[in-house]
Amino acid sequence: MTLADGVWQQIFDFTDYGELLALVRNSLIAGVALGLVGGLAGVFVLMRDLPFAVHGISELSFAGASAALLLGANIVAGSIAGSLLAAGAIGVLGSRARDRNSVIGIIMPFGLGLGVLFLALYKGRAANKFGLLTGQIVAVDTPQMSWLLGTSVLVLIALAVMWRPLTFASTDPDVAQARGVPVRALSFAFMLVLGLAVALSVQVVGALLVLTLVVTPAAAAARVTASPVLLPVLSVLFAVASIEGGILLALGSSIPISPYVTTISFGIYAVCRVAGKYRTRRWGTRRTAVRAA
Amino acid sequence: MTPVSGQAGTPVVSLRGAALSYGDRTVWSGLDLDVRPGEFLAVLGPNGAGKTSFVRALLGRQPLSAGTLTVLGRPAREAARHIGYVPQQAALSAQALLRARDLVRFGIDGHRFGPRLRTGAVRRRVDEILESVGAAAYADVPLGMLSGGERQRVRIGQALATDPRILLCDEPLLSLDLNHQRAVTGLIDARRRSHGTAVVFVTHEINPVLGMVDRVLYLAPGGHRVGPPDEVLTSESLSRLYGTQVDVVRVRGRVVVAGAPDEPAAPPHHPGQVHETDGVRA
Repeated sequence: MTLADGVWQQIFDFTDYGELLALVRNSLIAGVALGLVGGLAGVFVLMRDLPFAVHGISELSFAGASAALLLGANIVAGSIAGSLLAAGAIGVLGSRARDRNSVIGIIMPFGLGLGVLFLALYKGRAANKFGLLTGQIVAVDTPQMSWLLGTSVLVLIALAVMWRPLTFASTDPDVAQARGVPVRALSFAFMLVLGLAVALSVQVVGALLVLTLVVTPAAAAARVTASPVLLPVLSVLFAVASIEGGILLALGSSIPISPYVTTISFGIYAVCRVAGKYRTRRWGTRRTAVRAA
Repeated sequence: MTPVSGQAGTPVVSLRGAALSYGDRTVWSGLDLDVRPGEFLAVLGPNGAGKTSFVRALLGRQPLSAGTLTVLGRPAREAARHIGYVPQQAALSAQALLRARDLVRFGIDGHRFGPRLRTGAVRRRVDEILESVGAAAYADVPLGMLSGGERQRVRIGQALATDPRILLCDEPLLSLDLNHQRAVTGLIDARRRSHGTAVVFVTHEINPVLGMVDRVLYLAPGGHRVGPPDEVLTSESLSRLYGTQVDVVRVRGRVVVAGAPDEPAAPPHHPGQVHETDGVRA
């Protein structure tokens, strides 16, 4: 019983919560930006069947970040550099799904190995090392913050501009190409945008758990809606709820942020999955039902 | 070659001495063809005879190796967006993330960059189109939950969304049952009669469209032939195309081809996709 209490205290301890909250103000702001970026990028990750690519990019992002840590450079910049390198390679070498997966399978362990090497060489605080893999919350200082927000804005603008043709090209590539949509160029452009989004997510949940921000929220949203407006809106809401909830809960404990984020994110998905069952049932009988206005 | 139903007007598609080859292998060559407004051209032939290449060439995605091709008086590449294109069913991915109305809407403005403006007018147009192809009842259902026949109706709506002067259909009847085949071909035929839209219809089976076809382009390994179905689909003509004895029989208004090499044993166009055939092919 006392053991259980001890574990519980490690997970939740909300004494001095108010003072702690001030410490993570930056993180909470960054969390909204990441939720927006991750939730929106996730919609296309789902449409284009790229979850494995997300995982591969995040490992190289981790390698880039750990190289930056070792060299004393800006960690966000390092993480972005690694991401873009991986995303570019996947975009160029793997335009077809089958090629893509093997390219990712080759890049991913190499990135992870490099990252481990750089961390082994790094003599600084161990918490910094661990944070890159499993996430951290109080690490967001002001210079990093401007990197995070600047990159987020870039990603959001890029997505806003190419949203429509990218959706067309992602779901209906044959007709999109016939209608003059630059399908290949968009595919490559999206890989770069995805690289940026992944690099940002690595900062919060760590390289191992990026999927929880970039895939799970969109997948949950897709369970309850197919509307092109509602899908991204819900996806963003779910992603933001996961991050912010995770930060607020992690604040009162000594364990890293990622288990909180992943648990909330997974919980939302589970609820949506169950809710989606009713939706399916409704359409299953649509021919006999009176059409809703 | 002149079209049988006597359509007038400048050709919307024009091929002169057209040839297409991949490396050493020539798929077809010496192809002269004019498709006129309102004409229904069926493109037939066994697998590997270049039907898909023909579609790709018309869309400007496959350059000819010789000869010329103009679509609406322009190079095919520039005219592609004026063609209403109905692809093979397998082409749609991530279906559950898109509703029927979204697919039709792509046909109108899916290629434009930037945020959507004037959404009200576009939405009304989408409703009109869905109504006209009889798909209004499932406008808000995700495509993944539609049957093959329902999806093809939506596809035709998408292709017609911009009032194209050419409708290019690549095996639109694949894996549809007889009723849905009739519904889909009916929509296409009605359109060309009301709007004078030229139809280029690539298919394995001539019978579902036999009553509508003005001319046939038969692509075979040994050459090609263009003409009315009655002239092209004969034992003599097909035997010459295949270089072996092929028998064409007419049974109650249907065309039955026997003895064409590779035909009866030919796998469906896409592996993994069930091809519901009634055993009659042309």
